[in-house]
Amino acid sequence: MAAGVAAWLPFARAAAIGWMPVANCPMPIAPRDHSKRKDELIILNVSGRRFQTWRTTLDRYPDTLLGSSEKEFFYNEEAKEYFFDRDPDAFRSVLNFYRTGKLHYPRYECISAYDEELAFFGIIPEIIGDCCYEEYKDRKRENAERLMDDQEENKDCKMPNMTFRETMWRAFENPHTSTMALVFYYVTGFFIAISVITNVVETVPCGYKSQKDVPCGERYTVAFFCMDTACVMIFTVEYLLRLFAAPSRYRFMRSVMSIIDVVAILPYYIGLVMTDNEDVSGAFVTLRVFRVFRIFKFSRHSQGLRILGYTLKSCASELGFLLFSLTMAIIIFATVMFYAEKGSSSSKFTSIPASFWYTIVTMTTLGYGDMVPKTIAGKIFGSICSLSGVLVIALPVPVIVSNFSRIYHQNQRADKRRAQKVQKARLARIRIAKKGSSTAYLQTKRNGLLNELLDLTASEVEQQHLNKTSSLLESQHHHLLHCLEKTTGHEFVDEQLFEQNCLEGALQPYRSHSRTPSGSSQDGLTGTCCSRRSKRGSTPTPVPNASLPALHTQPHMLTHTLPKSPGLQELSAINIQCAEQQLHSSSRSNLNMQTNEVDRRNTRQQLQQVTTAIISVQTPSTGSSTEEDDDSHGLPNPGASVVTTASSNIVRVSAL
Amino acid sequence: MSQCRKRCKRQLTKVARYFYRFVTGTLTQDSIEDDFELSTVCHRPEGLDKLQEQTKFTKKELQVLYRGFKNECPSGVVNEETFKHIYSQFFPQGDSSTYAHFLFEAFDTNKNGSVSFEDFVAGLSIILRGSINDRLNWAFNLYDLNKDGCITKEEMMDIMRSIYDMMGKYTYPCMQDDAPREHVENFFQKMDRNQDGVVTIEEFIESCQKDENIMQSMQLFDNVI
Repeated sequence: MAAGVAAWLPFARAAAIGWMPVANCPMPIAPRDHSKRKDELIILNVSGRRFQTWRTTLDRYPDTLLGSSEKEFFYNEEAKEYFFDRDPDAFRSVLNFYRTGKLHYPRYECISAYDEELAFFGIIPEIIGDCCYEEYKDRKRENAERLMDDQEENKDCKMPNMTFRETMWRAFENPHTSTMALVFYYVTGFFIAISVITNVVETVPCGYKSQKDVPCGERYTVAFFCMDTACVMIFTVEYLLRLFAAPSRYRFMRSVMSIIDVVAILPYYIGLVMTDNEDVSGAFVTLRVFRVFRIFKFSRHSQGLRILGYTLKSCASELGFLLFSLTMAIIIFATVMFYAEKGSSSSKFTSIPASFWYTIVTMTTLGYGDMVPKTIAGKIFGSICSLSGVLVIALPVPVIVSNFSRIYHQNQRADKRRAQKVQKARLARIRIAKKGSSTAYLQTKRNGLLNELLDLTASEVEQQHLNKTSSLLESQHHHLLHCLEKTTGHEFVDEQLFEQNCLEGALQPYRSHSRTPSGSSQDGLTGTCCSRRSKRGSTPTPVPNASLPALHTQPHMLTHTLPKSPGLQELSAINIQCAEQQLHSSSRSNLNMQTNEVDRRNTRQQLQQVTTAIISVQTPSTGSSTEEDDDSHGLPNPGASVVTTASSNIVRVSAL
Repeated sequence: MSQCRKRCKRQLTKVARYFYRFVTGTLTQDSIEDDFELSTVCHRPEGLDKLQEQTKFTKKELQVLYRGFKNECPSGVVNEETFKHIYSQFFPQGDSSTYAHFLFEAFDTNKNGSVSFEDFVAGLSIILRGSINDRLNWAFNLYDLNKDGCITKEEMMDIMRSIYDMMGKYTYPCMQDDAPREHVENFFQKMDRNQDGVVTIEEFIESCQKDENIMQSMQLFDNVI
């Protein structure tokens, strides 16, 4: 129950008077407030700062520390106050939660300290109000990422018994772990640089050979070839080592870095394999272009490069938009320029695709000047083109920039989609908590039933113990729901059971009418109400000693003999309180009961079994003790009538 | 020709006005702020002593009641929406809005659309501290939707349906559609002595006094406060 409105529970209960005249069954007895304490001021001393509040304020949330009896552990007898050795600033928001029903997250507070306080006082953070929830979640996520980073750094501590393979992988991933790894890291970096520089220098012209500028690559072929070979050797060895050390080779091979590695070294091997064939050497030369990809291997060495790559990946939508809008604008303006310049002679705008180049150069404000419009119309449209170019390009760029800066500072923060999932998860949690109130009632009914059964058999001590389990507020709320059930003659069940019942209700052809008119001493209405319930579980013919229950009820019973099926248990409870006169002496000899509890409950409704000897032997005195309270409002003692008729039945020992 | 020119002029003025508005950027009127002024109505109840005279609660009980009331409704009055919302918290499985509406009507004795603390306490005083007859009268007042002194079958149907709505869908046994009707028939059978199709206050009180269950259940919530 949303305990924020706990103050209104007395009102809701009073308003239940509206159901009384229309109810057919007598109402269950209300739980008494035994400890009729007057509402008093409680002093909470938190590290010296004294807070005062009413006891009922704290009682609003009985599942927290302050609302439950757990606070008695902190009671200081001499000073007659509750002392908590916690942060008084954080306690302020905790106490405000009790007062207003809304939990706020103070922005100046450290997130983990706040979490600890909430955990100490037994408050779940999900109920933080909407005003503060986003902030709370953001801070929490930041903190989690920071902790994750710290953890990753702390992984440097060498775990014992790491295999050689694992050591090698760790060395590759974190060069700081050992000197060997560091050396390897620097060596590969050096060779990447050498390789890239070699590629560049290869094409520089140095010296003449037969009056033609010759690039160094052709002049010092052998030297460059040796360099290339050395680099490729190193890269190959590195790649093979990584492949060997990778925990999941398949995943490693699919990763971007390994693809770059492969692309970087492949041209060399292809070149080796291919002969000096004139036809393919042209293609081979183009392959050499791929050698420049070696520069991407630097991204293993540079964090910034990785972040840039990640940014571009995460801004894919903005980049896509930029590209799309540019394309649209280019096509439009190229077309316009082409038709505008069609008239002029010796125009460079020979076709629309030819005008693309002009449009791109103009929109990006480069303006090479190799293509210029000559007609007036062309010039007008050209100026419009350059103005709009500025706009179109300027719009998405700040987004990309801000993205980069954000990622750079936060280092891979979660994206919007994960936030949505969190929101969904949060809503689901709140829904579950809300559902908890309705399931709590069903749960209590089951527990209550157990209590009643044990009342008959257990000793005083156990009984006391069981009675104290639920709080007063809960029991009052459940009593209210129970009254509603009585008024309408239906009961609350949970979804699954409801579906089950509907299903089986469709299957069951017969309806058992076991109402024995003579049995009911109440007026007809009560009988109707209660007999509706008796229809559920009984066999049509009250045959004592029958060893075979009627066929159609067997499936009926079986479906209800699931452990924790509330239906039958409710029935028993009601039978105790509602003057259930019709006694079904049908047999229940061997139904396959799964648990003892269920067994007892099922049979209780037949009033013959259930640790049965006690029931049948004892007379009304037992019956009266089944009443929960002494002041039973004078309801006709159902226990008595129940027992007397039970004694007339044959006691059947249940399969306990 | 002159008509054409007139039309052209009209269009031009429209276009000109549009451009003027476009350039200067007129905004819509700030009408939202006006609404805020009236919503914060604060109601202060009468003094504690006066309430103590009018109702049968002790001072302490009134204090507890008021604190709870004020906490949920800082403005001092409950309107129907809040009332429905509060009541629905107690019945998570069903739809309690109709019954809450009837309750609201019963508490709102001066029919001004809001329940103040005095109304609230007056109602509670009857229910919790009044004599049996007073309580029965109050219940009758609740059922009598149009306050004409007699309960017709339609009114009872409405009430019954609203109560059954609070149970929600997942009940055992499955809620039949005619369950409220059956219940109403039973009720009329019991209450309507002269079988004239309506239940008057005398019939109601008489029949209830004869029924022991009802008598007992009327006193069930005495110690709620």
